[in-house]
Amino acid sequence: MKPRHKRAALIVGGLAAIGVAAALVLNALNSNIALYVTPTEVSQGKAPKGQAFRIGGLVKDGSVRRDNLTVHFVVTDTAQEIPVAYTGILPDLFREGKGAVIQGKLGADGLFVASEVLAKHDENYMPPEAKHAVDQAQQAAQQAGKTSAR
Amino acid sequence: MNNKLIHWFKYASPQSFYPLAGKMIPWFWGLAAAFGVVGLWLSFFVAPTDAQQGEGYRIIFVHVPASWMSMFIYLVLAAWAGLGLALNTRLSGMMASALAPTGALMAFLALWTGAFWGKPMWGTWWVWDARITSELILFFLYLGFIALQAAIDDPRRADKAGAILALVGVVNVPIIYFSVKWWNTLHQGSSVSVGKSSMAVTMLWGMLFMALCFWMYSIAVALMRVRAIILEREAHTEWVKELNEVKS
Repeated sequence: MKPRHKRAALIVGGLAAIGVAAALVLNALNSNIALYVTPTEVSQGKAPKGQAFRIGGLVKDGSVRRDNLTVHFVVTDTAQEIPVAYTGILPDLFREGKGAVIQGKLGADGLFVASEVLAKHDENYMPPEAKHAVDQAQQAAQQAGKTSAR
Repeated sequence: MNNKLIHWFKYASPQSFYPLAGKMIPWFWGLAAAFGVVGLWLSFFVAPTDAQQGEGYRIIFVHVPASWMSMFIYLVLAAWAGLGLALNTRLSGMMASALAPTGALMAFLALWTGAFWGKPMWGTWWVWDARITSELILFFLYLGFIALQAAIDDPRRADKAGAILALVGVVNVPIIYFSVKWWNTLHQGSSVSVGKSSMAVTMLWGMLFMALCFWMYSIAVALMRVRAIILEREAHTEWVKELNEVKS
């Protein structure tokens, strides 16, 4: 083996070792790296108790209710739901049916009192006309599904 | 050894690479300008308004190319560093040092534009999610690489120390890229990956032309910087003293 081949092998071996070590560490830290837990994980008791954490999910359609400065809404991952109360300014992209990440504390009564609400948008970018067409197509598909179910 | 290999090794010497780089620089500047003009025109005048985010999404045309370049430059830097360690070539270390400031600039741009984008859309400048935190680590890796090299007086030893740091840091790049898949993050998933895009076509073209512009710019400035490094490190040699730009 020439010296430079030896050094190249050392570098490749070193990189592989670092890669494996990093994979193991990240795997072990998995739950700590996640920014938020889902409502299902909260219902399974995976959320930290008695301290602030973040939940992420969709803002349930038709659940947003304003009560003076406090906003009430329900966050869902389509399986489980958590009611949220928040007093403060909501981000522009906060909308029903869209994603949100909410920081706060879970009360004994099951109400999540939020201290911060962030909007989570998706990775789709399209002009309003295209969005309109997509929405209409989805509605049509739903209608078709309903009529065939009947 | 075949002819091609000899040819490559010829340009691995600083003395023959210096004039070659000099000839390439104007071409890359020209390409950067051309792609930039087309990219900006597409970005501002052709790409439509976004249905969700309105006009604010247009920061994507800087944010995404800068983020891509910050990761790609790091991989290239690490490849040069690894090559330098394995083959003991002088030019490799110089190329790695020449790339580092541009990579740091791109990582900073990605974080900065990301913060400016995050405030109106998400409602926060900063959040410690996996994507953003790992990009910040990339920025620190660049700064660490530059600082480590600057702290060691002997350039050959500085190259070696920097190369080891650069190679260890490579593990961070896939973490940045896949962070939005592996963990719950506030940052949304990738809009564009090989063979798939969830953007309107003109938006995508605008972003790709801007990415090409950033790419050409990065090559141009890296070549300019490597020429400066060659002159600095080879200042004692005859061929540098014979150069017209050095004599005058």
